[in-house]
Amino acid sequence: MIISELKPFPEVLGYLEGEGKIFIVGCKGCAEVCQTGGEPQVLEMKQKLEQEGKTITGYCVIDFLCDKALVKIRLLPHEAEIETADSLLVMTCGIGVQATAAVVNKLAHPACNTINVGGARGEWRGSERCLECGDCILDLTGGICPLTACAKGLLNGPCGGAKDGRCEVDPERECGWQLIYERLKRLGQLDKMKAMPPPKDYSKMQPPKGIRSTIMWSLEQEETKVSGIYE
Amino acid sequence: MNLREAFKNGKFVVTAEVGPPKGVDVSEFLENAELLKGRVDAVNVTDQQSAVMRLGSLAGCHLLKEKGIEPVFQMTCRDRNRIALQSDLLTAYVLGFENVLCLTGDYVTLGDHPQAKPVFDLDSVSLLQAARELEQGRDLASKELKGAPKFFLGACVTPGADPVEPQLIKMEKKVKAGAQFFQTQAIYEPRKFEAFMREANKFGVPVLVGIVLIRSAAMARFMNKNVAGIYVPDELINEMDKAENKAQKSIEIAARLINEMRSMCQGAHIMAIGLESRVPAVLDAAGL
Repeated sequence: MIISELKPFPEVLGYLEGEGKIFIVGCKGCAEVCQTGGEPQVLEMKQKLEQEGKTITGYCVIDFLCDKALVKIRLLPHEAEIETADSLLVMTCGIGVQATAAVVNKLAHPACNTINVGGARGEWRGSERCLECGDCILDLTGGICPLTACAKGLLNGPCGGAKDGRCEVDPERECGWQLIYERLKRLGQLDKMKAMPPPKDYSKMQPPKGIRSTIMWSLEQEETKVSGIYE
Repeated sequence: MNLREAFKNGKFVVTAEVGPPKGVDVSEFLENAELLKGRVDAVNVTDQQSAVMRLGSLAGCHLLKEKGIEPVFQMTCRDRNRIALQSDLLTAYVLGFENVLCLTGDYVTLGDHPQAKPVFDLDSVSLLQAARELEQGRDLASKELKGAPKFFLGACVTPGADPVEPQLIKMEKKVKAGAQFFQTQAIYEPRKFEAFMREANKFGVPVLVGIVLIRSAAMARFMNKNVAGIYVPDELINEMDKAENKAQKSIEIAARLINEMRSMCQGAHIMAIGLESRVPAVLDAAGL
């Protein structure tokens, strides 16, 4: 789940300065759940832009804007509308904007900001967060991740900054290491807190090539070479 | 006599701290340092204290050393990754600074550049380990060094934390990682400090009790509300409130706290935070 929020309308309008004809793209994935790029938001945006004197040459709400191959296919019937537009306005996360920009020969403007969720995955957001660090240390910390539960991502225990169990960064936020301490104590595993893990290997946080370049991606590359739809 | 020797001699060690200026006018910084010269065993130079951008600690240490004052180089993990931290440790040694206080550091949003990217690549424990590793003639990547440094490593602990057990666990890790002395966060409750020291003594590493001068009742209330791990009891706040001569009272309270706790530990670390001119009077009043 990627969380997006709509940019303030004046900011979006600023991007479109000097452009009269706009094609809008929405997304039925995460952006629909976030109510930032589903059909109702696309229609609302259309109306607001028309009130500002823009012409909307067409719009399209695609199942998953992050799926570039799908974006290409779904935009195909709108080829003429896109061709007459000065630019596209894409109402979804940063991935969707980039995927759209990659398959059209026009400028693709973002309508949303993608919000950092500190490693949350899944639609039902609780306090559990994973940073996908590639070297899980949850065994040492009672199943609470210090990289995400502690604002500083400390591996060796709390800093002196917590007050009444709350983090120095945000009093609304619980001290991650206080939670880890309480959990380990309850489980009779406080000795785990005495372990001294080596400094994190942050090189493992780079996505491996196999993940950056899937078979699907390779196919796409070939496909683009053979017959780029908009290229 | 350097700090290491001061501890070895078994004397009651006294340290203080000065903060480099925000800018390059070091006159006040040097005046404050001058007041401490000959009265304390070493002077800490803070590292972007409270995450506020200032002149660097290394420059501050250099200025102290020129004046014949033994510096303690404070280092936090907030602004430097492991490459820069190790490099600054080597730099400190080459410039002749042996004492290093290894800290995690306040978060960036507490300072004057809340937009900055926080680092925390290492933490206080792994920074101590890194310094020890350098002493062995290799860095954190196990690469060999041309010439190895030697440090006298310090660390911090918060005796007033509630609960205090996680602090003690981390303190033990710091000792294992290489800490040779501790300067504590300020504490105003001698009984609480005594209980803390009963546990901390087991680690066999000298502890300097942290003393922050109370400027006024309002300042004490502010610390209670905003500063983690510090609690000024109501009696002290009332005493300060009623005092006619606040400056005199702040000196009297600090000296009294030192005397109440001096038998429990190996020294005192006085953080005057802008009131450095009162430190000699505190030491006089405490008979140090």
